[in-house]
Amino acid sequence: MADAQLYVRFAGPLVTLQDAGRPGHMRFGVPASGPMDRLSFAAAHAALGNPAGQTCVEVSLGGVELECREGDVTLAITGGEFVVNHNGRKSTGWTVVTLHTGDRISVRSGASGSWAYLACSGIIASDTWLDQSATHASSGFGGGALHAGQTLAVRDARVSPDREGAVAPYTQDVKDPFRVVIGPQEECFAPGVADVFTLETFKVSDAYDRMGMRLVGPGLTLNGSLSIPSEPIVRGSVQVSGDGVPTVLLADHQTTGGYPKIATVISCDIDRLVQTRAGQPIQFEAVPADRAIAIVRAEALARDLYLHDIGVPRGTLEQRLFRENLIHGVFDP
Amino acid sequence: MAKPMIKAEFKAIADHAMLVQFAKELNEEAHHAVLALDKALIDTPPIGVTEVIPALVNVLVDFDPLVTDHQKIETDLRAKLKALDHAARVGTMHRVPVCYEASFCPDLSHVAQRAGMSEDAVINAHLGGDYRVLMYGFAPGFAYLAGVPRPIQVPRKPTPVRDVPECSVIIAGPQCLITTLIMPTGWSIIGRSTVQTLTGDSDRPFLFDVGDQVQFERIDMASFDRLTKQATDG
Repeated sequence: MADAQLYVRFAGPLVTLQDAGRPGHMRFGVPASGPMDRLSFAAAHAALGNPAGQTCVEVSLGGVELECREGDVTLAITGGEFVVNHNGRKSTGWTVVTLHTGDRISVRSGASGSWAYLACSGIIASDTWLDQSATHASSGFGGGALHAGQTLAVRDARVSPDREGAVAPYTQDVKDPFRVVIGPQEECFAPGVADVFTLETFKVSDAYDRMGMRLVGPGLTLNGSLSIPSEPIVRGSVQVSGDGVPTVLLADHQTTGGYPKIATVISCDIDRLVQTRAGQPIQFEAVPADRAIAIVRAEALARDLYLHDIGVPRGTLEQRLFRENLIHGVFDP
Repeated sequence: MAKPMIKAEFKAIADHAMLVQFAKELNEEAHHAVLALDKALIDTPPIGVTEVIPALVNVLVDFDPLVTDHQKIETDLRAKLKALDHAARVGTMHRVPVCYEASFCPDLSHVAQRAGMSEDAVINAHLGGDYRVLMYGFAPGFAYLAGVPRPIQVPRKPTPVRDVPECSVIIAGPQCLITTLIMPTGWSIIGRSTVQTLTGDSDRPFLFDVGDQVQFERIDMASFDRLTKQATDG
């Protein structure tokens, strides 16, 4: 096993290094950060047979272009529907390819989706903060943002031909409503506002980054108190500013804040929510807390199965051809 | 003697957290309850608890929904509350040096004007405060300190100033902060510390715990330079 060197030819804004995140420090003002779409991140590593949670490149709509300057390494690209261009061969993401010395690969925004994940067979060397490479975008703490001219070193780079090819995306419908548990400050709103929040349609605004996503839609009128004593915030909290505009807080959220919250998006629906784009309509659906737990538990099982399935190597080209031929009955040695 | 139990309200947050609320407005009793419950949960966390975040009047208890649920957590929390030791938690006392050199405190004259005091009187009032770490928030390592003496309490400025250097000592209302990043702020900048709240020490990455006490100590420019140099040299 050798090292590979990936030269960054181009990186758009908000293209960062992310591992699984640094939970456990919210009491000190530090959110977990890590991937915006945790499922697609996990899928990229599963498709390569990597241990879960390693450092990868989170690609924003700004896109990224890499050139392999040394060594060979197999990569997985997952998340959204991004356009992957490998030495001129285009595909729509969710793919495993091998870069050889001199190869170029770009990942750019495609038909839909806001975040893609580029994982390597090997370990991307990275700065860490509090033992994690996850980048907290506004401070730059952690592995940091990628910029043109830098080189990513991939230690113990491997080539895995038996993993090359398409990766099945997880089946989920972006048009389904996003499930929330109402509260904790529903009493800060005018009567009926929780119903407005779950019955009406909102649109994602362009005020969308790793900290949060501001929405456009019917005003959520506050009932007098425009602020509350600052209290803890979690990923998925929907806070409403004094002008009635909701913002869903995401991976790099502030850990405390004084805006009343109408609801919180349940954890497994956040991966789907972050893949929406400015202008896209979205709806919320209220579920009781016990139902939210049941949904998340069922979803965790389904995701484990999915990650296991995409983690099974397909075999080498020769083995695959052999299998195909047997299936199609034209094996002729 | 055990105090009567303070009333707590439980609110379910999504699929993975419970908010325990002691009051609607900040008051001493509610915040003491926050500190006491926080300590009890850190000392012996209930099964499935992943994070405990103390704030002004409430504590957020984050948990793994594959291990426990809101009902079980509420039962665990009620048991903790029953056995809560309300004895005021004595936090660690930190002495934090501050340099009030003119270039470090662009808003000192404005605060003095508003308070109807001399700049030196503002500095002395600031030094005279007993500060307590109320909670963290806004940005990594941002510890909100309560205890700015009433005469020098000033509201936030209408427009934030950009690129305020790290280690700036800033005040707004009853609260004081030592910044950890270069950032915009609408708070009044009245000094510069040599102390990093984000210590860079992996064994103790954050200087303060919620509930700790802080006293500011005045240093001159020569000491500021010496302490800053010591810090950068490790």
